Amino acid sequence: MNVTPKRDSYDVAVIGAGPAGLAAAATAAEAGLSTLLLDENADPGGQVWRAIASTPLTQRDTLGADYWEGAELVEAARSSGAEIIQRATVWSLDRNLEIAISVAGMSAFVKAGRVILATGALERPFPIPGWTLPGVMTAGAAQTMLKSSGLVPDGRTVIAGQGPLLWLLAAEILRLGGRIDRILDTTERRNYLAALPHAFGFITSPYFLKGLAMMREVRAKVPVVTGVTDLAAAGDGQLASVTYAAGRRRETIPAELLLLHQGVVPNVNLAMAAGIEHRWDDTQLCWSPVLDAYGNTSVPGIAIAGDGAGIGGAQAAVVRGRSAACSAIKAFRPLAKVLDLNAELKRAERGRAFLDRLFRPPQQFRIPKGDTIVCRCEEVTAQDILDAVAIGATGPNQLKAYRRSGMGPCQGRLCGLTVTELMAQARGKSPQEIGYYRLRAPVKPITLAELAAVPTTEADVKAVVRG
Amino acid sequence: MFKRSDQDNRPSVQIFVDGAAVAAREGDTVSAALLASGRDVRRATAVSGAPRLPYCMMGVCFDCLVTIDGVGNRQGCLVPVAEGMQIEIQKGKREISR
Repeated sequence: MNVTPKRDSYDVAVIGAGPAGLAAAATAAEAGLSTLLLDENADPGGQVWRAIASTPLTQRDTLGADYWEGAELVEAARSSGAEIIQRATVWSLDRNLEIAISVAGMSAFVKAGRVILATGALERPFPIPGWTLPGVMTAGAAQTMLKSSGLVPDGRTVIAGQGPLLWLLAAEILRLGGRIDRILDTTERRNYLAALPHAFGFITSPYFLKGLAMMREVRAKVPVVTGVTDLAAAGDGQLASVTYAAGRRRETIPAELLLLHQGVVPNVNLAMAAGIEHRWDDTQLCWSPVLDAYGNTSVPGIAIAGDGAGIGGAQAAVVRGRSAACSAIKAFRPLAKVLDLNAELKRAERGRAFLDRLFRPPQQFRIPKGDTIVCRCEEVTAQDILDAVAIGATGPNQLKAYRRSGMGPCQGRLCGLTVTELMAQARGKSPQEIGYYRLRAPVKPITLAELAAVPTTEADVKAVVRG
Repeated sequence: MFKRSDQDNRPSVQIFVDGAAVAAREGDTVSAALLASGRDVRRATAVSGAPRLPYCMMGVCFDCLVTIDGVGNRQGCLVPVAEGMQIEIQKGKREISR
């Protein structure tokens, strides 16, 4: 079933088949542009609509209407004429718009006239003591298993953190008869005040009523502790308990599964490795690409759509995907009439400013202390990083030489934001000044055998062979 | 830790985990099948030997690294199971031979 691209070059290459990528590919292909859609997973849908064409959970009320809405767009992309390749890992994209794709252990290269990155988001690191213990996972991980394999927690389960996904996941687990013993809500009380000026946009958005209904559904069945300010996982080689503090209350509860979540952040690895300029976003506390109104980046020919362009949610991702495709269509056919999607985008983004402020993660859960692990791959602690700063490490990139943080297989995806904020705090600088890891291809590990098997031209050989 | 939903009636797929037969379902990823198996499928890290299980299940954390059909360090959360697939749980550093 694994296939390589049919052509050497395409008008448009879209990377990622979530809401933004599906919308972008469908729009570009329907306009007659040769379009390649590449996706790392076995099925299209991204994270929000994961496994939409294959989920065993076919009773439609389990995953809800917002999930099944995705089926239409998957169908639109499939019938648009776009070439879609699943289980394709893009490991390089450069300024010449050359894309390296690994499919079934073999690499292929294609050129594109325009590239639309729709690589979406990942869950923000949640570095608490014990977060590397077996039995500690992200809420998104549990939701992935639920959607694609119909798996739900059945042992003692604690969900901790904040944000819309946490409540959605809890509701889905309960609908399927799964077990949740406790929800520990880390939303800071002062955030309610900070979010208040943006309440009108939120109340008039679809998030409001859906969110209320979901929270009511969950609270009827699970004890919820609010105002949680401290959180730690413990166990000997396996999670055994979760300790939390809320106000004056401090409690340790037995648990075999802890699901953590404090929002999502753009997945920047491929975009940064392509040399696209990013800036620190003080509201969303993450790196976001510098974009024009159509999602075009600092690298000519590359646009970013969806949550990789800054977190906006699935509805906004669809609009931004279409908008980036419209910009690509214009580039090939300057006289083509394309839709003005500005008003639609504004509508889709309504309520986001409120959610950003309400669910701004507390500092103690972003910037850990002492022997809490920051870099999971290389097992580097917060204190290790402070020690490196004390002897001269200036930023995340220099820190690699001191501690190897960010040099493991995840390439900084699970530690980068923490390292930036930790070093910024330690050095009294802003995250923008401190910067990020310098990312390079391959952005996903490939075997040397695969690299060695890449077809070479005479010019390639001449470039490295002496004499 | 996890149980399967009653709604799930996908056909069964047999895989082997360190030689032992495990019943997975068609469409499971290797990591999902391992977590659903009820077996001890903790790997040991190459750095300190600390035990780990998958963390993100979406291809970004690399805590699901596993040897699949003889190829080491594959992301188990991105690879669907196939009949007869041989899975080995990685313990510590890789051997030079593979």
